[in-house]
Amino acid sequence: MESRQATPVIDIRGVTKRFGETVAVDDVSFQVHRGEVLGFLGPNAAGKTTTMRILTCYLAPDEGTAAVAGFDIFENPVEVRRRIGYLPESAPLYLDMGVLDHLRFVAEVRGISQNDIESRVDDMIDVCGLQAVLSKDVGELSKGFRQRVGLAITMIHDPDILILDEPTTGLDPSQIIEIRELIRTIGSEKTVILSTHILPEVEATSTRVLIINEGRLVASGTPGELASMAMGDDRVVVTLRGPAADLEAALLALPHATGVEVTGAEPDGFVRFGLLSDDATGLADAVFDLARDRGLRLRELRRETASLEDIFLKLTRMDDSDEVTE
Amino acid sequence: MSATASIFRKEFKSYFSSPSGFVFLTAFLVLSAWLFFRVFFLIGQASLRPFFSIMPWLYLFFVPAAAMRMWAEERKLGTDEMLLTLPVREAEAVAGKFLAALSFLALAIALTLPLPIAVSALGDPDPGPIVGGYVGLLLMGAAYLAIALFASSLTENQIVAFIVGITISFALFIIGEDIVLIAAPKWAAPVLRYLGLGQHFASIARGVIDSRDIVYYFSVIGFFLYLNVRVIESRKWR
Ligand SMILES: Nc1ncnc2c1ncn2[C@@H]1O[C@H](COP(=O)(O)OP(=O)(O)O)[C@@H](O)[C@H]1O
Ligand SMILES: [Mg+2]
Repeated sequence: MESRQATPVIDIRGVTKRFGETVAVDDVSFQVHRGEVLGFLGPNAAGKTTTMRILTCYLAPDEGTAAVAGFDIFENPVEVRRRIGYLPESAPLYLDMGVLDHLRFVAEVRGISQNDIESRVDDMIDVCGLQAVLSKDVGELSKGFRQRVGLAITMIHDPDILILDEPTTGLDPSQIIEIRELIRTIGSEKTVILSTHILPEVEATSTRVLIINEGRLVASGTPGELASMAMGDDRVVVTLRGPAADLEAALLALPHATGVEVTGAEPDGFVRFGLLSDDATGLADAVFDLARDRGLRLRELRRETASLEDIFLKLTRMDDSDEVTE
Repeated sequence: MSATASIFRKEFKSYFSSPSGFVFLTAFLVLSAWLFFRVFFLIGQASLRPFFSIMPWLYLFFVPAAAMRMWAEERKLGTDEMLLTLPVREAEAVAGKFLAALSFLALAIALTLPLPIAVSALGDPDPGPIVGGYVGLLLMGAAYLAIALFASSLTENQIVAFIVGITISFALFIIGEDIVLIAAPKWAAPVLRYLGLGQHFASIARGVIDSRDIVYYFSVIGFFLYLNVRVIESRKWR
């Protein structure tokens, strides 16, 4: 992953942040390159928000540092923020401001020239679908519209880098689809980090996924790469007729089989087995050959490839068991 | 600079986005006019002296009330995360808020201008102390305000900010007043008198604008605004 481009847009090195006893972020390092949409995935309290706050210079790390567009977060926080559009979790906004006033306010603080402000504001009204609420105060808006106003503010200066903290929480399903669509469109030209605790979200939007749990990165890769990490956990399910003990021994002897268990029996003499495998496809072929060679009746044969969901659950449920190995 | 200006405009407007700004102005005006006329008719003198001497006490409550919201509310609603991740320096944000609150206070003070006009119509007061008094009101108000804004940055609870604001400004005010000075050791009295928030106002309100008094107020303002900036910066390290 490193060699693809010389300078990453975002470069986090060994960042640790503690709140008293809690280690919110624990020695996290990663890079993000131009054009990537990085899905930052983890359960609640994993440290996603804290990492994003460090990147946007809202919090300072206790150890380590980060650079955004080549600017160090300690040395040049204002330059870092200039290049980022950041949508904090649950889009905090000034409730007593009008929607238009709020957009203009952020545009002004961002130093957008007076000539361009109106056209930028108009663009954002279009992109985020705010026409219907322009005359309202932010405090009168529904959660969905507040989130859209938040997104409009985040993108008003057309930043190269977007950092979005759980941008779809609190939205209804059709709004979620809209926002994901928007993120994919934006993501083709920009660098995006988007955090979520919802798995389908990263599959729908991200070119790469980082999984974080209890402050530590536990996995990184494209959705496909992560799925293949769980290779050893592929399963083959087969239902054959015959004496269970004989069949069990024969199945375990097959190439690529790493474990067998009987998972069920049918009244007419068929037995269902669950096989663990390091290569589900190879094993399924071998099972078929076995049945043909021995003349066994075969009622069911299918592969179960581990999904991103399985990996996520596996990696994030390690809390009280053993150390995670990548 | 443009960040300071837009934060200033936004904050100033927000005083009038709810009734509280108008309530504040009305209460300030009614109370100061009432205190003024009460003394005015008692003494029957065409002077603003009694009015000015009551102002440090009035400020004690009104100024913290005008500033308590500014940082506390940002923190409570989480909007500081949006504001402080824009490309603004902490000092620009503090300056914008301070200037907005100061303009609001200046408006409140300006609304009392009919009082000296009425006095001039009734008698023939010396204009020096009146001009000095108003300049002093603004300077002393700015000092109270810097304290109150600092107090607001310490908490996310507006009421706590209000009480802390009152407490600090009262402490800084009372050490320069006679109540404390007569009890203070001889060597300390001049120091305390110099530090008192009200003493310099009293001398400006006599109509003499001395650079030492101006330096004093600017120092108090600078000191508390500096602390305010440091408090905002230090939240990163929490
Ligand atoms: N300001 C804070 N003070 C104390 N603890 C905090 C603070 N912010 C986050 N934490 C703790 O740090 C951990 C990570 O939180 P967070 O980064 O918000 O996780 P996520 O966004 O993944 O849900 C949690 O245990 C949380 O309680
Ligand atoms: Mg979070």
